[in-house]
Amino acid sequence: MAIEAPVVTRTITVTVNGKARTAEVENRLLLVHFLRETLALTGTHIGCDTTSCGACTVLLDGVPVKSCTAFAVQADGMSIRTVEGLLGDAGLHPIQQGFHEEHGLQCGFCTPGMMLTAVALLEENPDPSDEEIRWAISGNVCRCTGYQNIVKAVHNAAARMREGS
Amino acid sequence: MATGHEIRGMGHSVPRKEDQRFLRGKGNYVDDISLPGMLHLELLRSPYAHARIVSIDATEAEALPGVVAVITGEALAAHNLAWMPTLSGDTQAVLATDKVRFQGQEVAAVVAESAYIAKDALQLIDVDYEILTAVSTPQQALAEGAPLIRDDKEGQDSNHIYHWEAGDREATERAFAEADRVVSLDTFYPRCHPSPLETCGCLADVNPATGKTTIYMTSQAPHAHRTLFAIVTGLPEHQIRIVSPDIGGGFGNKVPIYPGYVCATAASLLIGRPVKWIDDRTGNLISTGFARDFHMHGELALQGDRMTGLKVKLLSDNGAFFADAQPTKFKAGLFHIVTGSYDIPTAHVEGDGAYTNKAPGGVAYRCSFRVTEASYMIERLVQNAAYDMGIDPSELRLKNFIQPEQFPYESATGFVYDSGDYPGALKVALDRLGYDDLRQEQLEARAGGRLIGIGLACFTEVVGAGPGKEYQIAGLRMFDSAELRVHPTGKAILKLGVKSQGQGHETTFAQIIAQELGIPYEDVEVQEGDTDNTPYGLGTYASRSTPVAGAAAAMISRELREKARTIAAHLLEAAESDLEWETGRFFVKGSPDQAVTIQDIAFAAYTNIPDGLQAGLEGVHYYDPPNMTFPFGSYAVVVEIDRGTGAWKVLRMVAVDDCGTRINPMIVEGQIMGGLTEGYGIAAMQLITFDDDGNCIGSTFMDYLLPTAWETPVFEIDQTVTPSPHHPLGAKGVGESATVGSPAAYVNAVIDALAHAGVRNIDMPLTSDRVWAALNEVGLAE
Repeated sequence: MAIEAPVVTRTITVTVNGKARTAEVENRLLLVHFLRETLALTGTHIGCDTTSCGACTVLLDGVPVKSCTAFAVQADGMSIRTVEGLLGDAGLHPIQQGFHEEHGLQCGFCTPGMMLTAVALLEENPDPSDEEIRWAISGNVCRCTGYQNIVKAVHNAAARMREGS
Repeated sequence: MATGHEIRGMGHSVPRKEDQRFLRGKGNYVDDISLPGMLHLELLRSPYAHARIVSIDATEAEALPGVVAVITGEALAAHNLAWMPTLSGDTQAVLATDKVRFQGQEVAAVVAESAYIAKDALQLIDVDYEILTAVSTPQQALAEGAPLIRDDKEGQDSNHIYHWEAGDREATERAFAEADRVVSLDTFYPRCHPSPLETCGCLADVNPATGKTTIYMTSQAPHAHRTLFAIVTGLPEHQIRIVSPDIGGGFGNKVPIYPGYVCATAASLLIGRPVKWIDDRTGNLISTGFARDFHMHGELALQGDRMTGLKVKLLSDNGAFFADAQPTKFKAGLFHIVTGSYDIPTAHVEGDGAYTNKAPGGVAYRCSFRVTEASYMIERLVQNAAYDMGIDPSELRLKNFIQPEQFPYESATGFVYDSGDYPGALKVALDRLGYDDLRQEQLEARAGGRLIGIGLACFTEVVGAGPGKEYQIAGLRMFDSAELRVHPTGKAILKLGVKSQGQGHETTFAQIIAQELGIPYEDVEVQEGDTDNTPYGLGTYASRSTPVAGAAAAMISRELREKARTIAAHLLEAAESDLEWETGRFFVKGSPDQAVTIQDIAFAAYTNIPDGLQAGLEGVHYYDPPNMTFPFGSYAVVVEIDRGTGAWKVLRMVAVDDCGTRINPMIVEGQIMGGLTEGYGIAAMQLITFDDDGNCIGSTFMDYLLPTAWETPVFEIDQTVTPSPHHPLGAKGVGESATVGSPAAYVNAVIDALAHAGVRNIDMPLTSDRVWAALNEVGLAE
């Protein structure tokens, strides 16, 4: 028997990287697809579909969320920060500079999610220890770097941000 | 010669050029590409490991609004595309027509306006299966009366695939007959999966007007894939363009051709619109190139403290189709590097392969094919031999290493090692670790009831295939290429036949040109991955980019430097023989002020060329290496085991690598730390296993565990430098050393903590329950 489920949609408004965006979306549309396909923000990647790898991490009202396991409609009224929103008027965000200087990335696929998780950590804890950094990013898998340079990159960014503040 | 900061040639830890786009979220991975009118393809996969397909009814799926087509094996068979050749000369079903032979096998494809609709439609396809007995181990597969998996192949009356041997059986048997000690080890190197964070996928775009077929594809080997596509589909090769854009990690997983690529291309051809297929993680884990799955029995013969013979028997589980990514004539890959770093006069290796109802596509997961298994076998055997002899494992190694003066060294199985200093690397590792003190601490800890273990691995790899006369994949000789175009203003573009998946080629290769021609590295753009735009090459895997394409880049630079000399002589009105080169310029011997820079020469190459000389400063070099390269190293791991749970923690990890000359030391160390982490994952957690019915356990990242920052050890990196004598830059390749060498070091460390109680083996992955069972068996559990 053919299933012809009616397509159920809803209009949502979210603030993405500081800009209000309104769209009519299918209720079942995943947040990551909303970002990548509806808004063409392809810096957020999909790695595992099961909330395990963190490649799709974005900040939802400042909190790291794996956007492959959230619906776009759940973000209605909220503010989203993606990797495209890290760049400031002064150029690269300190976390981007840190990853570059410390060779904290190789293939680049985990990097956006990893950096956003680190940004959330540094907002809460401006001078984290190695252990605190490793715990904070333990929901983000990197297959290339072995994490050691990512830990250095977060320290590098932390020092920069403390100097800048 | 070291170049200055403004040039930044070899030896500089230059931050990477490619970072800029990745940091901004502006990478260009396959799934980031969209084309007008693009459709989405999703694959229906078999829920059963072994079953006959009675019927496939796609009527309801086809009727779902938004579905454009449902493709079955029968439809592909009409175009002679239901089967495709594998990299090992076997055949593999694109979409199953007769039977499914592993869980996750591709059965049908839906093409729809969106991926969501395509996934909906998969649920509406009604496949009637007649379930058959599944074969989930090679031992079962080769047993009398086993169900025949490949009944599609004429003349195939068993599940046996190949028998392969290397070395001298008789001489080895004599060494064993004369030995006063034989140490043996049975171990299973389990099936694991490379799991790059980006899954495999493609976007196929067949232009119905011109016939030009462009396939954006997650490919480590775009040129070889183009040729294979031409052979499989019958499309003219010049009308196929493979574009491998940014790749989110490969590790061997993106070497084979998968059914999804063929289905998407066929769909685009039939429908006349671009078709995208991006695998989900489960599809990636259960159907694409796995690694290892090697049952090994090894025996080491000793006379006194000298190793005199080695024999190894292998049984490989190749899954339902023999699709290993290996040099064609080596059925068990390069396993015969198994004598490793030791001067063992005789050796014999024999291997057999079997079909099972498991996924096909054995790949070299971050190694040259089977070198990881070989390295694991010898390093485990040597460590165990030392325990049996009652001497320190470092001492037995030092006594049996191939000595620096023995190079070039011909091994008992026929490899000619280029260069090495094995005692040197081990001594650096032992000093760095404080080995002797640690051994003392270990004893004291043991007396206090704590279990500390120190594991060593002194690996030798063989990488950088060719030579082409020895090493081929699907008949294609394993050379590689570099095309250099120096523009009139002195800026350059370098085009390569290899393809980075995160290794940093855009930086490293620019540094090679900077070194060789003195053009600042910022002024060199590296391009790869687009077959319409780069010279033919075999691709990036088996650590071959630096050994082969790196050599090609150096050679074309040197050829252009010779042409530059002719132009310089013309500009300086001097004889060519009177000119001397230093980084970036030619000057007249004895008059360093009379000079022209490479930029001056580049301009003249297009504006002021001497009579009789062709204009331009461009060229291409195809490099066929005279030999493989042999990177090596010594890894030392210290662990402590929790006697209550069997959990073990790495306390120290010292890695000393020798990959010859280092082009960008920062990138080299990044490669090593990544490999050490994957080695840790393989030793500790990464396991793809199957139940008796052939159901895959490990089909998501919730079941197939990868190391996170939390449990990944802190690495202490060190080096020695022994250049390769036959490589133009002295470089050997490094991308895989740590994955090859480190699993044995981690496992040896755990075994070392238990060796005094008689434990000699625990099969990987060393999960807590397995270690606890070993503790319990020897009365060490708490």
